[in-house]
Amino acid sequence: MNPLIRTIVQRLGFGLITLFVVSVVLSLLVGVLPGDFATRTLGQAATPETVAAFRREFGLDRPPVERYVHWLGGVLRGDFGTSYSGAGSLTGNRRAVADLIAPRLVNTLFLAGLAAIIAVPLALTLGLLAALYRNGLYDRLVNLITLTSISSPEFFVGYILALFLANDVYFQIFPAISSVEPGASILDRAYACALPALTLVLVIVAHMMRMTRASVINLLASPYIEMARLKGSAPRRVIVHHALPNAWAPISNVIALNLAYLIVGVVVVEKVFAYPGIGQLMVDAVRNQDVPVVQGCALIFAAVYILLNLAADIVAIATNPRLLHPR
Amino acid sequence: MTDAPNTLDVAEEAAVLAEHQPIIVRRTKLGRIWFELKRAPLSAWFGLIVILLYLIAAFFAPLIAPYGETDLVGGPFDPWSDQNWLGTDQLGHDMFSRLIYAARNTMGIAVLTTALSFTVGGLLGLLAAVLRGWVDQIVGRVVDVMMSIPQLIFSLVLLSFLGTSVLNLVLIIGILDSTRVFRLTRAVATNIAVLDFVEAARLQGEGLLWVMTREILPNILPPLAAEFGLRFCFVFLTISALSFLGLGIQPPAADWGSMVKDNATLIGFGDPTPLLPAGAIALLTVAVNFVVDWFLHKSSGLKE
Repeated sequence: MNPLIRTIVQRLGFGLITLFVVSVVLSLLVGVLPGDFATRTLGQAATPETVAAFRREFGLDRPPVERYVHWLGGVLRGDFGTSYSGAGSLTGNRRAVADLIAPRLVNTLFLAGLAAIIAVPLALTLGLLAALYRNGLYDRLVNLITLTSISSPEFFVGYILALFLANDVYFQIFPAISSVEPGASILDRAYACALPALTLVLVIVAHMMRMTRASVINLLASPYIEMARLKGSAPRRVIVHHALPNAWAPISNVIALNLAYLIVGVVVVEKVFAYPGIGQLMVDAVRNQDVPVVQGCALIFAAVYILLNLAADIVAIATNPRLLHPR
Repeated sequence: MTDAPNTLDVAEEAAVLAEHQPIIVRRTKLGRIWFELKRAPLSAWFGLIVILLYLIAAFFAPLIAPYGETDLVGGPFDPWSDQNWLGTDQLGHDMFSRLIYAARNTMGIAVLTTALSFTVGGLLGLLAAVLRGWVDQIVGRVVDVMMSIPQLIFSLVLLSFLGTSVLNLVLIIGILDSTRVFRLTRAVATNIAVLDFVEAARLQGEGLLWVMTREILPNILPPLAAEFGLRFCFVFLTISALSFLGLGIQPPAADWGSMVKDNATLIGFGDPTPLLPAGAIALLTVAVNFVVDWFLHKSSGLKE
């Protein structure tokens, strides 16, 4: 078999194993950790009969292994179980976790995608410039600004933008509350989540720029670049022919790391702008100890995280033949 | 005869010189620190002064703050005035006083968490580097799994199972963060553990604890100290984010993250007050970063 395909299949298998272990951890924690969710969800006044019915309905009375297999089987068919909220009430207003997650996942992916499309090219360009003109005035200024930006919590950046750009005291340009109608067009959606996307861009660009700068400086310090310079190659040729082919691996790593950071930043930013995304859903579920919803959201976050790292690995291997033959 | 007074003069002169100006300047520890500080860049000075101010606010909060942490001194959302410099919050507490008291709560919990993370991660990292074999393998794989879930998401999951309390917060973030400390400690300690003097100490029959704390630890302290600063920033930001989401430090304790959350409605009216606690978080993180940068520069001899 082609060594490249073999390596990719190997990595995919490794990612699947990691995801499997994560799902086991997520599922088993419910059984191992203290706390009786039945009484907690139903309240202290619940009769033993309702508690028993609740435990039976959500499978809390079954052994952990059986519960896990049941849960995993459902997840593979796209069924994440039923939310605790509404359980115990007489009306029986049950909601499937998948139905709760699906529309919000679309919103979150749209927001993260919008931020990524703006942030990635911007950060790579700025980082490259900072590396090429390092220790100059531009580099120092950018270093100071990005350090301040990565030190600030996301909600600080978000509220500063909200204060100045979504307020009739200063400028009323964007909506402060990013509500999304189900049938809205792409442009309407983009306008609604302009501020959360801008917040994410500011935070991500700072991270990504610093990492790009560091890896490019690291690259330019390697002996073969010095060799190319000393033998008299034109600067453009040094960059395009010698540096760039070796830069794909670190750059794809930087992008993957920061997109992974994006899915975490989304949780806070969605709260700032009341954006109906999966992060908000998860935070609310954590507050209500709605375990099935928390599990479902966490599994999706973990899967995206693992997938991104996997993609970066594969790009790094595909662009660097040396990695195909590990010693 | 003609030379004698001359040589005497030289000897005398040398003695006088030695008394007043020794050739090799020996500084006390404090003197050396001051010597380094005098040459520190502006950013490091800025960082140190800011950290000092925060520490003063944390330790002397009751003396500095005009009102108590939970005193109701006015209506909700009173504007800035002579009595309440920064107005009041959503319940009528004095904003300025809460801002000062929060230094104590938020920073205290973050330091405690970082200390826990370093105790657990550092100890396991040293053990893995010294013992290697199956200890290294088991801890390493567990850490791999823990790090394959984003940290904020993992802490959200654990908080939903365990419930939100300060103790749970410290334990969860501390343990999750110790994975990073473990990786770093293991990496730098492995380099030291294979050196001759460590082997000599082992052959001499020194115990495991001695080898870990007396032979290896002193040699890996500078990177660990720098990492402590960085981990503190990370933990501090994570706790603030969780508090902002309403899952971290709970009222009535004053805390910067939850102060932002509780007063965020003011932003809609063009009032920048809620930005102050958020800015307090950012300022401290920037300050610590500046100091760590300078320290890394010094300890690694890094020259760009």
